[in-house]
Amino acid sequence: MLTINNSSRRKFIKLSSLSAGGLMLSFKWSGAGAKTPEVFKPGAIEGDVVFNNYLNIATDGTITIFSPNPELGQNIKTSFPMVVAEELEADWKKVKVVQAALDNKFDRQVTGGSGAVPHSWMLLRKAGATAKYMLIAAGARRWGVPAAECHAADAFVVHKASGKKLGYGELAEEASKMPVPENVTLKDRKDFKIIGTAVRNVENKNITTGKPLFGLDFQREGMLIATIQRPPAFGTKIKSADIAAAKAMPGIVNVVQFKNNVAVVGKSTWQVLKAKKALKITYEKDGSVESTADHEQLFTTLMDSGKATVRRKDGNVDAAFKNAAKIIKAEYECPFIAHNPMEPMNFFAHVKEDSVELAGPSQTPAGARAAVSKLLNIPENKISLELTRLGGGFGRRLKFDYVTEAAEVSSLVKAPVKVIWTREDDMMGGSYRPAVRYRFEAALDASGTMIGYKLRGVGINAGNSTREDNFPSGAVDNLLIDSVEYESPITTGPWRAPITNFLAYAEQAFIDEVAHAAGKDPVQYRLDMLQKARTNPAGAIKYDIARMEGVIKLAAEKAGWGKKPGVHQGFSVYFSHRSYVAQVCEVAVEKGLPVVKKVFAASDCGQVINLTGAQQQVMGGIVDGFGHAMYSKLSFKDGASEQNNFGAYRLVRMKEIPEIEAYFVDNGIDPTGLGEPALPPTGGAVANAIFKATGKRLYKQPFIEQDVFKKA
Amino acid sequence: MAIFKLTVNGKEQQVDVDADTPLLWVLRDSLGLTGTKYACGIAQCGACTVHLNDVAVRSCMLPVSAVKAPVTTIEGLSENGDHPVQLAWDEVDVPQCGYCQAGQIMTAAALLKKKPHPSAEEIANTMHGNICRCGAYHRIREAVTLASTKM
Repeated sequence: MLTINNSSRRKFIKLSSLSAGGLMLSFKWSGAGAKTPEVFKPGAIEGDVVFNNYLNIATDGTITIFSPNPELGQNIKTSFPMVVAEELEADWKKVKVVQAALDNKFDRQVTGGSGAVPHSWMLLRKAGATAKYMLIAAGARRWGVPAAECHAADAFVVHKASGKKLGYGELAEEASKMPVPENVTLKDRKDFKIIGTAVRNVENKNITTGKPLFGLDFQREGMLIATIQRPPAFGTKIKSADIAAAKAMPGIVNVVQFKNNVAVVGKSTWQVLKAKKALKITYEKDGSVESTADHEQLFTTLMDSGKATVRRKDGNVDAAFKNAAKIIKAEYECPFIAHNPMEPMNFFAHVKEDSVELAGPSQTPAGARAAVSKLLNIPENKISLELTRLGGGFGRRLKFDYVTEAAEVSSLVKAPVKVIWTREDDMMGGSYRPAVRYRFEAALDASGTMIGYKLRGVGINAGNSTREDNFPSGAVDNLLIDSVEYESPITTGPWRAPITNFLAYAEQAFIDEVAHAAGKDPVQYRLDMLQKARTNPAGAIKYDIARMEGVIKLAAEKAGWGKKPGVHQGFSVYFSHRSYVAQVCEVAVEKGLPVVKKVFAASDCGQVINLTGAQQQVMGGIVDGFGHAMYSKLSFKDGASEQNNFGAYRLVRMKEIPEIEAYFVDNGIDPTGLGEPALPPTGGAVANAIFKATGKRLYKQPFIEQDVFKKA
Repeated sequence: MAIFKLTVNGKEQQVDVDADTPLLWVLRDSLGLTGTKYACGIAQCGACTVHLNDVAVRSCMLPVSAVKAPVTTIEGLSENGDHPVQLAWDEVDVPQCGYCQAGQIMTAAALLKKKPHPSAEEIANTMHGNICRCGAYHRIREAVTLASTKM
């Protein structure tokens, strides 16, 4: 049993009765255990230091759990309340889940970095457990029995000896006046009734009946619609804008220019979209106007330019390569890709004299509010932000450019406005997954052991395109990882599993090539490297060797690795965002072409909260990783993307998906996140299986453009 | 602008819009039926799928002036959200972000209306036109198959 000492936070807990009756607990959500990557920096404003959450129990027994984090399909709105309900001993059927608006009382109201569940796990449990103890105390006092003789089950407090029981609703009022317990004992995981089970998405009914849930569905009395013409090419700016014809079109209320944008504001979507086409804007060069052909040249030049930033250096790489019995070298390259959430960017803003109302889909609502505050010079406490459901995010909505646009347009036209992006706006509008080229080099001794390893990444607006402390760092005595950064006007941003969404493929394909050159089984080769990292580590090891071994062995076992004659299997394993996923891909050759048939996945994300949601994250992550590795790319000509909608830009569709079997390691550790980790290993598993099937290595994405997919 | 008469979810409606306004925006902006989604505007993704005379059509490129048959949207697919396809979507727990699902459901419902017990290949061929960016394709397929057993 796990006992949590509440005394340190007791002073932050306050209780008050709801006017309508019932229990309202206000928690201070400080001192989070798990360390999570920072995806936004809260502004230095009063209130952003203190965070809270609320759990309500009404006198009719309804339990309302507020879900603070943005829901974009990672199923947080179901899994967060499951954790609270578990410790509360709630009856799940009586739980009502409400999406909370942006509020300083919440901690890390962000969706990104696969961090929400790891960050909030203990806090959510304490929230449920503390309320449960107070309800038990209220029941015990009513009956005049010791609280220790009572327990809670299915939203009732029960006194077993006398057979008395009272519902939470009946006790809520009294419980709210009970002293807050010094210590709460959390449940032993073997007693979990909700956590780890399959609980259907709480929004299924609303989604399947078309209820207005998303930002694009948001309506307000008097709301105008705005569409924005942005520069069609990166590295250009407005030279002149003739807005007269657009302004004269039916339904158009105003046309305003701001920065390098022209906003067409009107009464309906179709009218503003038509008027936008009537804008006559000329653009001029404002920086480097780049094409994909330029980037190909840049990759080649910069790879050998010597301007690299060293990220990690262990041992003596030069000596290792000098003494090598064999050297393997390969380069891998990926294109820019767009996020393409199905719901395009949009946001509602109503800028009034001294306050602002915002509503819409954002992964970082606090960051968006801070940016609007800065833009309009209106204090954050005068800005409200209502979170709608997000029709996908994939990292795109970590940026809030579309939120500040809405605020700026509303402020200019002095009316409530919803800014909507078209698909073309979205795909041409930047914030892409950066294009990167990697060069890997491995030095092997006579026995095939890797004695030297070099990785250089050259990225376009990628920042550090390596993850220098990931495997195989620690498993190779002599290692050098560095990166070259190139700044381009083509904007980039975090894309689901930033950097690792491509790096994992390149690395795992390279390890496979090395194992093959060493004449070793690729799975055993990885296990041998991990054993070396354990017994004789080189430098710091920042991944969990046992967890990585665990998923490797489980995936190999479930897939029947090496035990299926005639089946072409490829292996991959990757650690990202605190979790571990190994995958085995199976490829068949049909009509002379490789066909990806199946992927087995073994994931270690610690405790699974919601089995159905976890399977969705793994299966969706694999489809996402597979689809983008196979089909997707954005290329550029004179600063403009050559693909701007789903006609030219290919996304994976139903008939192309492999079958998937998803397994989870049950090791009893606290949850470590699952929104991203299943995606990175997929490209490598697929490429390695295609090599087994065809004898051809894939060095460039999208795979579909490579020779192996072209008919002879 | 002109007046157009439409039958939407069994109800007669009049809208005053430009003749080239796509049905999608008439539904969403004029009639407040926002269950039908915009995602590409070029009939490539299926998020805007509605029924015209029980046949699945992409509403984002269909001008209102060309709509001569009764329209059914996700809001009107069933009285209480209990069409076999809607129920199967819940039972299989299909939605992730959920944005494309109205279009997926309308595509599946039109298929099952025409052919209550389609083959796996017919299901895949039909659903291939609808993009799910979350990659919930396995469950979409499973849910259509489940619904077909209850038609």
